[in-house]
Amino acid sequence: MNLSVIRSHFPILRREVHGLPLVYLDNAATTQKPQAVIDALVDYYGGYNSNVHRGVHQLSQEATDAFEKVRQQLKGHLNAAHSHEIIFTKGTTDSINLVAHGFRDLLSAGDEILVTQLEHHSNLVPWQILAQYSGATLRYVSMDGHGALNMKDFHAKLSTKTKILAFNHISNALGTINPVKEMAAAARAMGATVVVDGAQALPHSAVDVQDLDVDFYAGSAHKMYGPTGIGMLYGKTSWLEKLPPYQGGGEMIAEVAMDKSSYAGLPHKFEAGTPNIAGVIGWGAAIQWMHSVGMDQIEAHEQELLVYGTALLESIPGVKIYGKAPKKAAVLSFNVAGLHPYDVGTLLDQMGIAVRTGQHCTQPIMDEFGIPGTIRASLAAYTSKEELDALARALEKAIALLS
Amino acid sequence: MESIAQREADIIEEFSFFDDWMDKYEHLIALGKEMPALEEPLKIESNQIKGCQSQVWLHATMEEGKIRFEADADAIITRGMIALLLRPVQGQNPIEIAEYEFGFLEPLGLTAHLSPTRANGLLSMVKQIRLYGVAFQAIRG
Repeated sequence: MNLSVIRSHFPILRREVHGLPLVYLDNAATTQKPQAVIDALVDYYGGYNSNVHRGVHQLSQEATDAFEKVRQQLKGHLNAAHSHEIIFTKGTTDSINLVAHGFRDLLSAGDEILVTQLEHHSNLVPWQILAQYSGATLRYVSMDGHGALNMKDFHAKLSTKTKILAFNHISNALGTINPVKEMAAAARAMGATVVVDGAQALPHSAVDVQDLDVDFYAGSAHKMYGPTGIGMLYGKTSWLEKLPPYQGGGEMIAEVAMDKSSYAGLPHKFEAGTPNIAGVIGWGAAIQWMHSVGMDQIEAHEQELLVYGTALLESIPGVKIYGKAPKKAAVLSFNVAGLHPYDVGTLLDQMGIAVRTGQHCTQPIMDEFGIPGTIRASLAAYTSKEELDALARALEKAIALLS
Repeated sequence: MESIAQREADIIEEFSFFDDWMDKYEHLIALGKEMPALEEPLKIESNQIKGCQSQVWLHATMEEGKIRFEADADAIITRGMIALLLRPVQGQNPIEIAEYEFGFLEPLGLTAHLSPTRANGLLSMVKQIRLYGVAFQAIRG
């Protein structure tokens, strides 16, 4: 599929910002939505809106079928062994909290939780809370100057005391792609449970949870062309059966008596209350859209732009790119010598360029580099070379204004 | 001394000469560069307003019934905004500052800088300026 066709699927890409064509380079925060996703939401609310798994009536049946079809789709997309291993949540943060909460009574003093310095706060704070609650110790794997994990440090800190290893597949701030399979195998050998934050990986490439052989893998729909407020937790059946329910309510129970209830089987045990039905259905359309383009094509296109964008930005005097790991996703995190990222970002916005500035919810990374933050341009399947050219021109203009 | 309203009118006139956003931001950047830095001993935690995007420091003292503000920031555009925000309130009576709305930003097209989504510390600084007004008014009795 050529780029102009891909771009034509996204109505928002036709709008202007401050009188200039929108150049949307904040895809790591959230991606835009293709018309197919918007249509799926409208079709659901306009055609078969109903609660799932409850009514005997036709609408409920249609909604339930559409809802469960997406679980099947995700099973296929992630190559999970069973569809009940896909738990719908509010998003990656919710998924990680579900796991961290489930481990409250499984950890105790002397146990260790190993995370990395590359983590988004959402894969850090839930573990800090778990450590506080259980008395377990939180340890960090350091990163090197290129933003890659220090594997020597990883192996040094991993031990039989490590009960949980939690890390991201791809860093949101730097784009670093972590060696998930290798790290998971090492952790498993020590008896640790492996929890992967896949929020930034799912939009860019195909993920095979069985091949990676991780215990848990979390993701969000809105970062992969789907709606906000919906995400998932993949968990191996044995773990999902072992963990206690996260929340109580309707749908997650089998039998309810006044004093005690028994819980429903997987996946419903972890899906209390009416789920985000429209979100799930929209997500299904998003996954279908990604497959219609092709996961390999998306990855190849973004990697080509990453090389192009890196060379382009580095040709501008004073620009320094943070995060130059050998394996890297399409994220350009940078600063300009002597300039504050906020100033640069503010001026880029005036020129219709949407980038993120600041710490990207990764304060430990910024502290390590000793910077207040970066300017981050994050790419997607619809990003064009022309947009990167526009970024470079706007950046030169901003530098001239600020110097 | 000029009233808050007079100073607002001056700022609006000053900005009326700018045709496009570039001129406006060039001026804002110039204001940011001109603003004297806050003395290092005053850049303390109790004066700091932490924004996710930029850091702001605000210090206030009372001299002969009037409030004197000194401030700083790490980003130049934020400094320019501070210079602008302090202009109407500098040396005014606490009671006027306590209720001041900073309405001049609207005609200048700069209200977005006080939006919570910017997280640049300016919205908190504006609230802090008013709180100083309330506090110094209370001291004066």
